[in-house]
Amino acid sequence: MNLTLKIWRQQDATSKGKLETYKVTDIDGDMSFLEMMDVLNEQLIVEGHEPVEFDHDCREGICGSCSLQINGEPHGPDRLVTTCQLHMRKFKDGDTITIEPFRAKAFPVIKDLVIDRTSFDRIQHAGGYISVNTSGNTIDANAIPIEKEKADDSFYAATCIGCGACVAACKNASAMLFTSAKVSQFALLPQGQVEATDRVLAMVNQMDKEGFGNCTNTGACEIECPKGISLENIARMNREYLKASLKG
Amino acid sequence: MGGLIKSSIARKVAMALSGLFLVFFLLQHFTINFTSIISADVFNELSHFMGTNFVVQFLLQPVLIFGVVFHFIMGFILEIRNRNARDVSYARYDGGANSSWMSRNMIITGLVVLAFLGLHFYDFWVPEIVHKYIEFAPEDATRYYGELVEKFESPIRTGLYVISFVFLGLHLWHGFASSFQSVGFNNKYSVAATKFAKAFAIVIPLGFVVIALVHYFNH
Repeated sequence: MNLTLKIWRQQDATSKGKLETYKVTDIDGDMSFLEMMDVLNEQLIVEGHEPVEFDHDCREGICGSCSLQINGEPHGPDRLVTTCQLHMRKFKDGDTITIEPFRAKAFPVIKDLVIDRTSFDRIQHAGGYISVNTSGNTIDANAIPIEKEKADDSFYAATCIGCGACVAACKNASAMLFTSAKVSQFALLPQGQVEATDRVLAMVNQMDKEGFGNCTNTGACEIECPKGISLENIARMNREYLKASLKG
Repeated sequence: MGGLIKSSIARKVAMALSGLFLVFFLLQHFTINFTSIISADVFNELSHFMGTNFVVQFLLQPVLIFGVVFHFIMGFILEIRNRNARDVSYARYDGGANSSWMSRNMIITGLVVLAFLGLHFYDFWVPEIVHKYIEFAPEDATRYYGELVEKFESPIRTGLYVISFVFLGLHLWHGFASSFQSVGFNNKYSVAATKFAKAFAIVIPLGFVVIALVHYFNH
């Protein structure tokens, strides 16, 4: 198929960017979206132009690196897939595809389609862990019986790959789905409850400091999340936060 | 405590609780108004009670006004913060692909409801306050029904009320159900609670529309 691409080009973090138009031809429907981008970049290099910068790593939907806003939706029109797992058969011959970086004040553009998502790292650093004594007497985590339902919910929350699609989809650029997944995966397990109060307060506080917007429950994040992280996690984080605030 | 007041979650919960309070008030307001199309005497009796009862006038009314003012001021604060959270807009943004129009446009529906409240206060609340607390006019327990139907003689006012109730319904469609999620209520009863909230968002505004139209067409 032949496609017209409108791609955000930006020299660096301080430059003003704009959409540039490119044509790609003979794109196979079985290619992934990133392979199509590779074809474009090879073409640009041959023509003596600078290739388009974009994030990618595993290309199998688990690392959370790829982060493209495709035709107004994070990771494009398909559901429960990352950009690298989006196939070109989702598009039609002659389509015009607009490709932009995920937009949020807390995700500044570094170059072209590459964004700085270290704000997510700082939220994680604020409390997204458990403190375990590893001096030789570490207790086997599987020795503690955990209800199946809670273990499953914790596992599903832990499948968040931190790609930022929730922020990109949200009209408020809110990071509550991400933060709530990271809070929930620990809040549901006995190992995580020891530090639950400090964790939720610190992580929410950091999330607010980073300048993300406020959740207004549009549900866009849940729909666009490539891992299907549920809004239930946000409700859980709200409960955890209120409980922690009252405890002081 | 300072941190709690500034936190995004606390503000969201405050927004939800004030909204739930206003939903409760709306139900009470609707119940009294609905009696106006059934019995003028019952409507007069209830209105007289609400207009002269000390607790309603000097305790519940200030709480209600605070609730309304708090809800829209907090709404503006959150809207400004949310707009600032994305400094560069998307060239292409397909909000309809993942969320409802109502959920994305609460500020618009809320502003229409706020404008309506201005008209509603001008029509009913201000004359009532002037009558009771400025002119100290003699109380007449049978005046309320007449004052109500007189307002709905005007097709323009009736039209504005009907349009406002439609926007109120759109605001409630997202806001009422959303408030459960904000306060952390998401469990096996959530589906039923959401259905109830959506039904409320249709039935109550529609009921207000019916009341306005019945009084208009009765002339």
